[in-house]
Amino acid sequence: MPVNDSRRWLAAGLTVFALLAAGCSSSDDSSPAGETDTAAADVPQAIVSLSPTSTEMLYAIGAGDQVVAVDDRSDYPTDAPVTDLSGYTPNVEAILGYEPDLVVANADTGDLVAGLEQAGVETLILPAAQTLDDTYTQLEQLGAATGHVGEAAELVAQMQADIEEILAGLPERETPLTYYQELDNTFYSVTDDTYIGEIHSMLGLTSIATGSNGYPQLSAEYVLEQNPDVIFLADGQCCGVTPEVVAQRAGWEELTAVREGRVYVLDEDIASRWGPRVVDLMREVAGIVGGIPVTAPTP
Amino acid sequence: MIAAPRRRALVLTGAASILLAAMLLGILVGPAGLTPGGVLLDIADRLPFVDVDSGLTTRQQAILWNIRMPRVVLGVLVGAMLAVAGAAYQGVFRNPLADPYLLGVSSGAGLGATLAIVVGGAAGFAGVPPAAFVGGMLAVGATYALGRTVGGVRSEVVIILAGVAVAAFANAIQTFFMQLHDDTLRQVYSWMLGRLATDGWSDVLTVLPYVVVTVAIIALHRRTLDVMSVGDVEAASLGIHPARVRLLLVSVATLGTAAVVSASGLIGFVGIVVPHAVRLLVGPGHRLLLPLSLMVGAAFLVLADVLARSVMAPAELPIGVVTAAVGAPFFLVVLRRSRGVR
Repeated sequence: MPVNDSRRWLAAGLTVFALLAAGCSSSDDSSPAGETDTAAADVPQAIVSLSPTSTEMLYAIGAGDQVVAVDDRSDYPTDAPVTDLSGYTPNVEAILGYEPDLVVANADTGDLVAGLEQAGVETLILPAAQTLDDTYTQLEQLGAATGHVGEAAELVAQMQADIEEILAGLPERETPLTYYQELDNTFYSVTDDTYIGEIHSMLGLTSIATGSNGYPQLSAEYVLEQNPDVIFLADGQCCGVTPEVVAQRAGWEELTAVREGRVYVLDEDIASRWGPRVVDLMREVAGIVGGIPVTAPTP
Repeated sequence: MIAAPRRRALVLTGAASILLAAMLLGILVGPAGLTPGGVLLDIADRLPFVDVDSGLTTRQQAILWNIRMPRVVLGVLVGAMLAVAGAAYQGVFRNPLADPYLLGVSSGAGLGATLAIVVGGAAGFAGVPPAAFVGGMLAVGATYALGRTVGGVRSEVVIILAGVAVAAFANAIQTFFMQLHDDTLRQVYSWMLGRLATDGWSDVLTVLPYVVVTVAIIALHRRTLDVMSVGDVEAASLGIHPARVRLLLVSVATLGTAAVVSASGLIGFVGIVVPHAVRLLVGPGHRLLLPLSLMVGAAFLVLADVLARSVMAPAELPIGVVTAAVGAPFFLVVLRRSRGVR
């Protein structure tokens, strides 16, 4: 995975930011990972995370001990201090009740940043990642902000190595397999031009959904006409869709994927939180793709 | 204004032809590139004593018969129902802007659907149609009760205002629940914006009886509606009980609307645009207004759905967006005209 220039630039900017934030203390990046001194005066000791993705990231880089509260949607890891704080409609007063010195959120909803600034609390906004590189950048960003630069770098390197290993194990295919990923039972789907689309592309899959909107609503007849090789259901939790439900839809029994039993349920949370567990998702999808014979007919 | 029998037949034939043409277009056009010849041959193949090879694969036949056909037929039912119900509402309330949605059907149904999705979770999806139905009926019931308690001489105006209040209240509660459960936002919006997608013929069969009964009852009252459009006093002098007729017609029109809305989601403006367009063409007599509204409404919705699934193909545009984009400007034109009349 080549490191692109914009990412390198961002990382450089972040390092500067981290140095400034640390009040020009002697931040020693060469200290071994895991040994980072989180008790240092300028490192945040009370972090509030307002998004499930940033919660997962904070714990993965070893900043879990500094987290005092996470929002109501964060459910991984299970020992995170879940509260009734909302990341969707954040309430500044409720957040301040946990006396944070750093708040991590995925959007500046309702002037969150300005409100927290009034109380002298730093906010780090990490919007939904658009690419795998964004995920790496955000991990490094969090590492810099929480005093875990080394662990963040190590995690990113580990993720990259894992992904390379997963990709190396895939069979070669002349034409990519096509897939239809269902986001809910009104047939909202994803194109190649999304985060999940990028992940699938790396694994040798092409979405049947196209167009400028990354998350289009498809019509059933289009899905039937395209006859995807694989169907991924990311709507088991929200809408109770299972392979059996799909097979019972009018006309869908004609689909190759249904006939060949290639309809798979993906974990909605893992398949929509672009944090460290994206590697788990890739491993799962790679297992599915690897199980499909290379000579699979693609009419 | 009584149309001569000949002119009447001509107008009705014209409308029927437009509806048939719209349905044919609806069957021929779609994101899956079925050839028109193949589609027509496959339909011919289903006729008795005809046996031709259409060249369509079984998958393409499934697209044609299980997905596209029921969608077109559902469009006919929903469009016809919304337009006829709109004509009946405007007749009994003598208000050009009256339609089931204005009395709270949409807001009540929206609240019902939201509660089903939010409370029911994964299982809630099956509960959306009945919940939308119950919510719509309850909201109109509340509107009617409120309108009667405060209603005086101009009760038909008061009831519209009561509808606005009920709708605002239902919307507030709906928004509250959507904020509590932000993970259901897309599902709720998807339903609210309207969608004719069906799973085979089940929705068509569910909605059909409601539409038939509602349209039949409204059609039987076509002369009463003519009299009532003059005024309550005049109607009473002819032995009609305006309040009773109003209650009956509002009830059945709401029932039919709630039934189609439960299957299609909230498709707006059909009930206002279509009857008015028809009135501009043939005048206010309900003998012609009702059947024409039925056919034009059906054709309008089928064509709107053709647009909805072609404009951004393969992605779909919610059909409510299409009908509102055409309907909202028309609504303003009607508003201007009605100010001049009143």
